Amino acid sequence: MSTEVADKPVKQKEKSEDLFSKRRRKFISDPLNDDNPITVQVLGICSALAVTTQLSPTLIMAISVVFVIVFSNLIISLIRNMVPGRVRIIVQLAVIATLVTLVDQVLKAYFYDAWKVLSVFVGLIITNCIVMGRLEAFAMGNKPYDSVLDGLGSGFGYAWVILAVAFFRELLGSGAIFGFKVFEAIGLENFPNNGLMVSPVGAFMILGMIIWIQRSMTGYVER
Amino acid sequence: MRQSNTYIIVFSAVLTIILGGLLSLAAVGLKPMQDMQVALDTQKKILGAVMQLQPTDDVPAIYEEKIESLVVDANGEEVKEVDGEPIVAEKVSIESEFDKDPQDRLYPVYKYSEGGDQVTAYILPIFGVGLWDDIWGYIALNNDFETLAGIVLDHAGETPGLGARITSIEVQERFKGKKIYDDVGELVGIRMVKGETGEPSAYGDNEVDGLSGATITAKGVNNMISDYLNYYQPYLKKLSEGGAQASHRQEAGI
Repeated sequence: MSTEVADKPVKQKEKSEDLFSKRRRKFISDPLNDDNPITVQVLGICSALAVTTQLSPTLIMAISVVFVIVFSNLIISLIRNMVPGRVRIIVQLAVIATLVTLVDQVLKAYFYDAWKVLSVFVGLIITNCIVMGRLEAFAMGNKPYDSVLDGLGSGFGYAWVILAVAFFRELLGSGAIFGFKVFEAIGLENFPNNGLMVSPVGAFMILGMIIWIQRSMTGYVER
Repeated sequence: MRQSNTYIIVFSAVLTIILGGLLSLAAVGLKPMQDMQVALDTQKKILGAVMQLQPTDDVPAIYEEKIESLVVDANGEEVKEVDGEPIVAEKVSIESEFDKDPQDRLYPVYKYSEGGDQVTAYILPIFGVGLWDDIWGYIALNNDFETLAGIVLDHAGETPGLGARITSIEVQERFKGKKIYDDVGELVGIRMVKGETGEPSAYGDNEVDGLSGATITAKGVNNMISDYLNYYQPYLKKLSEGGAQASHRQEAGI
C-alpha cells in the first residue's frame, strides 16, 4: 500500500513535462549538428545533389521536405497504436506519398515556375530515407508532440545542409545569390563561372567539405 | 501487437479511402488555378520568343495587346473550326498533334506586332525529342521570313547542366539574327554545331555554337527546328508571296 502512494506523484511529474524540456530541445538540436541526417547519417543525398544548383528552388524543396516530414511524423504518431505491425511500412509510405502529392499539387497551382524545376524531385521525397527513417525509428514509438519536434529537427537539419550547398553552388556556378548577380554588383564583371559547380560533381565536393569541416569540429568518427 | 487479417484489411481500406479522398479534393480544388498557371506559362513562352519579360510584367495584358493567333493546316490554309467547333490556337496541344501524321496536324501561328497593324514577327511552336524526353519551344521569324527574331526552348527531362542548358537565355541568345535559308536559298534551318567554342563569329549564318556534352539534345533541337520550319513552309510561302504582291501593288500605285 505504502509503495503505491509513493509511486503516484512521480508519475504525475513525468506527465507534466516542460514544453521545451532539455530532452525535447535535443530532438531539435541533435539533427542540426551531431546527428545530422545528411552529413552524419548520410541520408537524402540524391536530392541534396540534384536540386541544389540554385538557392530559390532549394529553399522551396527544403520547405516541402520539412512540411512532409513534420506532418507524416504527426499523422503516424497519432495512429501509431492502430497501425497493424505487418503493414506498417506500407502505411507509412501511403501517408508520405499523400503528403508529397499534396505539396506537388499546391506548388503547381501557386509556384508554377518552381514546380517546373522541382516536380521530379518533389515526387522523389517519397523515397527520401530521412522521412521514412524518422517514421520508423521515432514516430512509431513516440507521442505526437515529440514526433513533431523530431520532424522539425530532422527537417531543419536537412534544410540547412542543402541550403549551404546551394549557396556555394549558385555563387560559384552562376555568380549569383537568389538570382541576384553578386559579382557584377561589386564590380567584378568578368568573374568566371565555375561550370563544375553547376554539375552534380560540384555538389559532391561541397557536401564532402561540409562533412569534413563538421566532423573535424565535432570529433565524430564513424565506427 | 498481433492483429487479425480482417483488422488489417479494414484498416488499409479505411486509410486508402481517407487519403484518396484528401487527394481528390486537392486535385479538384486546385485544378482551376493550375490551368490558369499553364495558360499563363504558354503566354510567357510565346512572348519570350520575341522579347525579354520582366517578372513584374503584366503578361496577359501584353499578350492581349501584341499577339494575334490563328491555326493553319499542313497546306498553309487557315483552319477556323474542326467538326463545327471553333479552334483557339492557344488551346491546340502541340504534344498531341505531334502524334499525328504531319499532314493531319494543326499548326498554330502567333503574329506579334510591336504596335500598329504591321506584323513584326511570326512565332511558331516547335516540338521534338531530346535525349531523354520531349523538347519543345517557340521560334520567332522576322517578317522577312528568313531571319530569326528569337527562340525559346524547353524540355521535360534533359540532364541539368548539359542538355537542360537549352532553357538558358545565354544559349537561346545565340539563335538571334541567324538565317534559316542557305546561300542558294534552300531551307536548312539552324544547326547547333558539335563542340562549343563560345566564339559566335566562328559560325556561319545557319550555324550556332553547340552544347558541349549534350550532342544528342542539340541534334534534337536541330531536327525540331528544320522539321517544323518545313511544316510551316506552305503557310510562310503564301505570306511572303502575298506580301510581295502587296508591295508590288503599292509600287504600281494600285
